[in-house]
Amino acid sequence: MAKPVSSLARGADSFMVWLDKRLPVTAFWKATMTGYSAPKNFNFWYYLGSLALFVLVLQILSGIFLTMHYKPSAAEAFASVEYIMRDVEWGWFIRYLHSTGASFFFIVVYLHMFRSLLYGSHRAPRELVWVFGMLIYLALMAEAFMGYVLPWGQMSYWGAQVIINLFGAIPTIGEPLTEWIRGDYFISDATLNRFFALHVIALPLAIFGLVLMHLVALRENGSNNPDGIEIKENKDENGVPVDGVPFHPYYTIKDIFGVAMFLLLFTFVLFFWPEAGGLFLEHDNFVPANPLVTPEHIKPVWYFTPYYAILKAVPDKLMGVILMGLSVVVLFFLPWLDRSPVKSIRYKGLWYKVMLGLFAIAFIRLGMLGMAEGTPAQTIEMRVWTLVYFGFFVLLYFVSPRGKTKPLPERLTH
Amino acid sequence: MNNRIVSAFIGLVVLLASSGSVFGAGGGTTLQHANVNIRDTAAIQRGAQLFVNYCLSCHSASYMRYNRLAEDLDLDEDLVMDNLVFADVKIGETMDIAMRPEDAESWLGKAPPDLSLISRSRGADWLYTYMLTFYQDEAGGWNNLALPNASMPHVMWQKQGIQKPVYATHDGVETVDHLTLAEPGLQSPEEYEDSIRDLVTFLEYLGEPAKIKRKNIGVWVLLFLALFALIAYALKAEYWRDVH
Repeated sequence: MAKPVSSLARGADSFMVWLDKRLPVTAFWKATMTGYSAPKNFNFWYYLGSLALFVLVLQILSGIFLTMHYKPSAAEAFASVEYIMRDVEWGWFIRYLHSTGASFFFIVVYLHMFRSLLYGSHRAPRELVWVFGMLIYLALMAEAFMGYVLPWGQMSYWGAQVIINLFGAIPTIGEPLTEWIRGDYFISDATLNRFFALHVIALPLAIFGLVLMHLVALRENGSNNPDGIEIKENKDENGVPVDGVPFHPYYTIKDIFGVAMFLLLFTFVLFFWPEAGGLFLEHDNFVPANPLVTPEHIKPVWYFTPYYAILKAVPDKLMGVILMGLSVVVLFFLPWLDRSPVKSIRYKGLWYKVMLGLFAIAFIRLGMLGMAEGTPAQTIEMRVWTLVYFGFFVLLYFVSPRGKTKPLPERLTH
Repeated sequence: MNNRIVSAFIGLVVLLASSGSVFGAGGGTTLQHANVNIRDTAAIQRGAQLFVNYCLSCHSASYMRYNRLAEDLDLDEDLVMDNLVFADVKIGETMDIAMRPEDAESWLGKAPPDLSLISRSRGADWLYTYMLTFYQDEAGGWNNLALPNASMPHVMWQKQGIQKPVYATHDGVETVDHLTLAEPGLQSPEEYEDSIRDLVTFLEYLGEPAKIKRKNIGVWVLLFLALFALIAYALKAEYWRDVH
């Protein structure tokens, strides 16, 4: 650092000395930012982590402003959302920020998770980074589900009805459990009020804490990279990885560009296509909730439909619920299911590319089928893709130790 | 390698999205395209005129304020009060009706829905088709192709005239094949279609009054972000020059 020249700079320096004696600001900044080496070959997929954090902040900020005008009561909720859309200054913008943000959160998170599957970021020693990530994902699903109930439209109401009734499939405790969740014999004002509480404070707090743990665990071993080799195994005389660059300024600056590109796409949808053709904001949700009228076609929002398809693929309700739960739970075990000696898809043989490709197709196709009306042909197709979905995990466990690999490089490629 | 993965992934999504559509069309008739233009303020004004004359006695639009109409449609508040407000209300009030829902239900069988958000739940094309496909069936009552056995009568029949159904039998099931104009109305079919397009344009605006402003602001936001992305990219390239 250059010698302070002005009295202002001298003052700032002595303030930092004073502060550091009391709070380790400089040491923390150095440990996690300027002194933290990140692999220098990050590509597109490595923007998504910072973007997920960015969307989280966006959701919290827009959410705070929404709660200033929203009324969590069955009698007023729907009208208060329209009040926000029409009478609150820039209310439509805040609401679309939040509704578009919810869908983009899932787009970013799904791609972020897929990155792990590509490069083996969940493999040892980063299993806990993955597990915390999965917990964030679970909390996010609950957060999104409860948030979707708040506008109190037809799809809010009936979507909640379907999802909560799933718990009713559990033997013996099912019925009382659904009553306990609803706080009533049916979905009502009590349900809306408690979902509001969970949505605006309980779950965001949990997500915030989990994100913190996710990052602490990440910084402990440092990021993985597209080559899936450890940069810490190759250090210079000062103990700095030769294939690393300081996280700040290199990746902070790079992530600003990532955020700019993300915002271009995000604001395009927000200003020109906020309903996304009924995917982000469903048409039926512009009709106030009516317990007496069941909509023709009930379906969850797009980010839940892959799991919904797995549920629908099974004729037996309890088995369907179990399989649906299993389809999420199995993801937790990925770090231990992949037993290949190499982490990255770059050094795995064709077997992994084919398996991962099929898995991705299965997930997307299940998502599409989950929002379809459900013809018999579609049910058969859902069963096929459900088998492919679970087959990926089973095969991974057995094929990965034997599957062909290519020799790992000494240094990072780019 | 990375580019290959990204392009393969994008290709996959596009392929899946275009392959075998899983979204069947809703019941009823094939929808006609409304082709509304939300920036056509004159059309929204004409639509508003039709709306207050033909719809607003039975249907409310209780999330919409009259002064918002004046503001968004470049109309003088007095002009709105004289031409669009028939009820004894002030300019800042919402477009409500005098009929109580309980009465409406006992008089009409079903309370007419509030129309504030009808364009967002039904879509412009459906509304357009609905208003064009009223017909008189054998019993002499009104029926509709988009919403079979609709309880709403054809309030604009004087404009459109009276349509009669032509039936066709497919696999032993008799359905309405098409409609013919049995008795011409005050407007030609083309004029009537234009009127309905105006009305649907107004309903589209009514569903989301911020829509006009939103798109105008969006253009500037995208321009700013494009510039910002360019500068961010240049900054990133400058920093990373010594790494590559």
